[in-house]
Amino acid sequence: MKTRIYVTLKSGVLDPQGKAIQHALDGLGFAGVEGVRQGKLIEIDHADNVSDDDLDQMCRKLLANTVIENYRIERG
Amino acid sequence: MKTAVLVFPASNCDRDLAVAIRDVTGTDPVMVWHRETELPDGVDLVAIPGGFSYGDYLRSGAMAARSPVMQAVAKAAERGVPVLGVCNGFQVLTEAGLLPGALMRNAGLDFVCRTVALEVGNSQSLFTSRYAAGETIGIPVAHHDGNYVADEDTLDRLEGEGRVAFRYAEQVNGSARDIAGIVNASGNVLGLMPHPERAMERAHGNVDGRRLFEGLLEAVA
Repeated sequence: MKTRIYVTLKSGVLDPQGKAIQHALDGLGFAGVEGVRQGKLIEIDHADNVSDDDLDQMCRKLLANTVIENYRIERG
Repeated sequence: MKTAVLVFPASNCDRDLAVAIRDVTGTDPVMVWHRETELPDGVDLVAIPGGFSYGDYLRSGAMAARSPVMQAVAKAAERGVPVLGVCNGFQVLTEAGLLPGALMRNAGLDFVCRTVALEVGNSQSLFTSRYAAGETIGIPVAHHDGNYVADEDTLDRLEGEGRVAFRYAEQVNGSARDIAGIVNASGNVLGLMPHPERAMERAHGNVDGRRLFEGLLEAVA
């Protein structure tokens, strides 16, 4: 079973890398880009009996830093 | 005096920190590998070095903060043992929840490697007693992820409680409120991005870091 975990910066946390990507897109001539935020996608292969709570704990204990990041679990 | 320096895979300032401690105490610190579950008995100071533990995988300091030795460090910190985290050590301490906030990519995206001007925010702490409050000192920085971030309430609390030990006196990395180093609520845990162990002797070109170790080691002796 494969679960996808999306880790994104909380709104209000500045994202210098996203800003740089936006500038690069501007430089390539793409018009109309109003903002870029960079996050992470983590794919986990796991046994069927791994619970939703286990996945949530994985996010809280390691995969996301909840001081600055949010996470979303998309169970496979 | 018993001191310990933690060593993680890809720590690279552990020896510098050990030399600085030995220089001031006259005794070698115990180098403690990250897989250890206990610190030396009766340890008086734990130092967490700079470097790129675990290659900065996931987030700087994230993996190191979950290594076995950090459980022992958390317990020691709880007992009041002084803990000093320099650069990656500061990142590890925030990731471990022993200090608030987080350290993100520098605002300019560049790796910053130079001596910067710091203002001593508080000279009452264990770590800053040999400095004068408001004094400007020069300490080298070398980091990519030193941009301190915390919510406004946390920042207000840190400032209100005099827990900002060092501030940048110039633009370095975009840190909130120019924060370069903070202490925990009990005052026994300091995390700072600049490297005081690289400013210990004339040959380094600068000795402004030395007083941090002298004050700290005097306090715990």
